[in-house]
Amino acid sequence: MQSSKQLKPPVTETYDSLLAPGQSLNSVTTKISDIVLFPVLKTPVGWIIGFVAAGLLLMLYLYSLATLFTVGIGIWGINIPVAWGFDIINFVWWIGIGHAGTLISAILLLFRQDWRTSINRAAEAMTIFAVACAGIYPLIHTGRPWLDYWFLPYPSTLGMWPQFRSPLEWDVFAISTYATVSVLFWFVGLVPDLATLRDRSTSPIAKTLYGLASLGWRGAAKHWQRYEVASLLLAGLSTPLVLSVHSIISFDFAVAQLPGWHVTVFPPYFVAGAVYCGFAMVIVLMIPIRKWFGLQGLITMKHFDVMSKVMLASGMIVTYGYFGEIFYAWYSSSIYEYYLIVNRFTGPYAWSYWSLILFNVLIPQVLWSKKLRQNLPVLFFVSMAINVGMWFERWVIIVLSLHRDFLPSSWASYTPTFYDWSTYIGSFGLFFVLFLLFIRFIPMIAIFEVRDLVHKTTAHTADHEESGHAGA
Amino acid sequence: MSKATSTAAMQAPATYGIMAEFTDSSALIHAAEHLRDAGYTKVEAYTPIPVHGLDVAIGHKPSRLPWLVLAGGLTGSSGLFAFMTWVNLVDYPMNIGGRPHFSWPAFIPITFEGMVLFSALAAVFGLFLICGFPRPYHPVFNAPGFERATTDGFFLCIETSDPLYDAAKAKSILTGLGATAVNEFSE
Repeated sequence: MQSSKQLKPPVTETYDSLLAPGQSLNSVTTKISDIVLFPVLKTPVGWIIGFVAAGLLLMLYLYSLATLFTVGIGIWGINIPVAWGFDIINFVWWIGIGHAGTLISAILLLFRQDWRTSINRAAEAMTIFAVACAGIYPLIHTGRPWLDYWFLPYPSTLGMWPQFRSPLEWDVFAISTYATVSVLFWFVGLVPDLATLRDRSTSPIAKTLYGLASLGWRGAAKHWQRYEVASLLLAGLSTPLVLSVHSIISFDFAVAQLPGWHVTVFPPYFVAGAVYCGFAMVIVLMIPIRKWFGLQGLITMKHFDVMSKVMLASGMIVTYGYFGEIFYAWYSSSIYEYYLIVNRFTGPYAWSYWSLILFNVLIPQVLWSKKLRQNLPVLFFVSMAINVGMWFERWVIIVLSLHRDFLPSSWASYTPTFYDWSTYIGSFGLFFVLFLLFIRFIPMIAIFEVRDLVHKTTAHTADHEESGHAGA
Repeated sequence: MSKATSTAAMQAPATYGIMAEFTDSSALIHAAEHLRDAGYTKVEAYTPIPVHGLDVAIGHKPSRLPWLVLAGGLTGSSGLFAFMTWVNLVDYPMNIGGRPHFSWPAFIPITFEGMVLFSALAAVFGLFLICGFPRPYHPVFNAPGFERATTDGFFLCIETSDPLYDAAKAKSILTGLGATAVNEFSE
């Protein structure tokens, strides 16, 4: 991919290992921290262009929200019976993207998968920013967002409490817990790396700021021991948390009696879909980042290979869910369930159902080929397709189920308006502004964990050499 | 505070301890075990990566953090469950189609989220509490070359508060254990 015109040395890709050979504790620390530690005025032009573009999208988002608050949700295309449109589609889509970060940082930590090491920090950042984007939608879709504190159980003069038996109230607790725990987990993971930046930075301002943020971390053995206990506990807590969050979101639908929503398979089906889409987003973000910052030695082709396999596996679960929906429409003998599938196949929004099948079921099948898995442009395209496909999945679940319910007299259609689109596209501005700030000021790879990996691998090599000598 | 002591403090800050640098973790563990067996008690190691077995080599006790987290989890789950029960049975009971007020299965999701939230808060703030964070300044930062402790330096420190502390003796022991640099440093 490197053109011969460039003066850079050609990149040698590593296929069989999680680290390019010949790295030391010092080299990986320097490599990752140098991406962050340089004067603000010398920020690369590419970053500034990206930041301005993301900032413009953020302005569009703020404009859309300002209009929404002043005019009301009538600016969107929603109405009865399609009372949930882009707001909830995008909410579920964004939060699904977030789940891959927690999966990589927590579940793979519990399973001691070393391949999480180079990608967990960026994936966790993606989680937090995606949860921020997601969390805004349910807050703004209420019609009177300035009264959103009514969601919270507090002793009010109204003398009333939220309905704790409602999945929508469960959502409040699930999302706020998820956001809080993700931020805490991320920050705890950052502390040793912020200390590294404190000790390596030459600017007094950077030293002070990283010094304050690193809380005075000094790598004491006692602290490391407590730190590892805390990390393991947080991973153990985050694992059921991430499963519970998307399960609870699926209850928003599954507890309702609408055909297409009222199914018990929703929790695992939603969680698999979240993993699917989230890994696709990690790949979409990582392919350009590793090229721009020359991180081929730390994020190797093996990482992409493993992530593609996770994507393929979760994609097959999602596909199973699609077939399951067709099966129980027939098996239930319910005319409403049956009509739901007929409507998906041939109704006015059939194009969206077939797009979903194309993007989520057919295109990702190329991942069976090892050669194509390791072809980054192909992988990038497939991951983008999955992101689009998962968006269509939420569209199909929400809009297609709502627009045809039990009585034909209450049927209607839904067309997104300009503000539906601007609120969606604008939310990318929020995401990318935060993400660009993150890669500029915070190490995007967990330095101490990569050091640990280097230490483990070099220790093994040294042992082999020693035993080799002893044998000779 | 007399004038004499304050002047003395200004002239010569007290020595905090002696810091030895090692090239790798196995030499550090070996040195820590040696010091522990020799009876030193105020010893701490500083490493750029978590070194397994180092806390045992130094003689640190296992952490009590898991108990704190358990307490947090129990508080969060039982507190929220009790609260929802009180709201639905006592404070604002609502008869919806004759369904029971104490519909506990519907309280489980929030009970679970409360467990996770309070456990995680206990884990993180408990960790900070146990480590004494935030503490931006610490005497060990004065040790020469200590900035490498967050990159690739493996350090071992004997503090002056140790009853066995004797700079010359400590220096010879640490050099004998393979330390590449041994320096006394002040507070």
